[in-house]
Amino acid sequence: MTDPHHQAPRKPQGLPAIAVAMGALFFAGLVGLMLYGVVRSGDADRDVLPSALIGKPAPDFVLPLLHYPSVEVGAAQLRGAPYVLNVWGSWCVECRVEHPVLTAFAQTKRVRVVGYNWKDEPEDALRWLERYGNPFFVVLADKEGRYALDWGVAGAPETFLVDGSGIVRWKHTGPLTEQVVQERLLPALEQVEQAR
Amino acid sequence: MSASVLPVATGLLAPARAWLALALLALCFTAQAQPAGNPAPLQFNDAAEETRFRALAAELRCVLCQNQSLADSHAQIAQDMRREVLELMRQGRSDAQIKQFLVDRYGEFVLYRPLLERHTLLLWFGPAGVLLVGAAVVWRIVRRRAAGAAHDNAGTGAASEGEQEW
Repeated sequence: MTDPHHQAPRKPQGLPAIAVAMGALFFAGLVGLMLYGVVRSGDADRDVLPSALIGKPAPDFVLPLLHYPSVEVGAAQLRGAPYVLNVWGSWCVECRVEHPVLTAFAQTKRVRVVGYNWKDEPEDALRWLERYGNPFFVVLADKEGRYALDWGVAGAPETFLVDGSGIVRWKHTGPLTEQVVQERLLPALEQVEQAR
Repeated sequence: MSASVLPVATGLLAPARAWLALALLALCFTAQAQPAGNPAPLQFNDAAEETRFRALAAELRCVLCQNQSLADSHAQIAQDMRREVLELMRQGRSDAQIKQFLVDRYGEFVLYRPLLERHTLLLWFGPAGVLLVGAAVVWRIVRRRAAGAAHDNAGTGAASEGEQEW
């Protein structure tokens, strides 16, 4: 700049420092993004959508019970105490995977575990429960999947925690594991119980 | 899909395509399962309804196979969502109301075209911003080189007048 006569022939060779710095910053950003992607790729929840229902009232539904189809239960009847709603089906392989975990959790009797039998044949569902054991307080049967959209269900299994006033507080997509129960469901339940 | 129907015609390619289809299918439900069953396809009252439905479904994302639109997905939940969308259309709801219905249940993620809000500004204008920055950098470099070349020519006086016009 100061002496164009001597500087000029060399100038076009190198990029301006600001361009180099910005390029390096951009590249570092891309590498960071890639590393983040690699780290997250091991995470089973990476495709899970955040539930739109958290903090909102549980959808209003009226569904027959699997074991007593003439009896219908609605969201209003479940209100008053927190409950865990587990969406499952006899066709759902992952539900069998989570079944021992869910059973162990239900046996603590800390909270009602309501089954939501989604798009299933009642006979298949009953046979499934007979075979693997029935951990549920009560099982709602949504054979046509009428209310699954209202719950924002994408697949099974999915598990919701609803507090005593009927507000959805927590949701897990995919099979429950011991880790999920210990690290996420129980703390969420604790909060709900304290708020009561 | 036609590859599996015409295995002879496509020859060696067929197994590869079948595997690809399988792999895509596996991608579709990794952690979650979906109910079986193949209900009847949707029946449209008229062509206008079908056109509107297709346009709407193409803008909505299947929540299970997240990289497919509602129109393309074969997942069971997508079928249910399609039926619900058609049902809502027939109830006289507007496209915006139908989208809001699904956003309320599944979150903004169901929209392929995200809403223009503060937290989506980067998503909307980020790429254009990067492009602008890149253009500015290129512009500066070109200017500098042009200036450098001009100085060079002025200094040595070797180049002809016509060559430095650009």
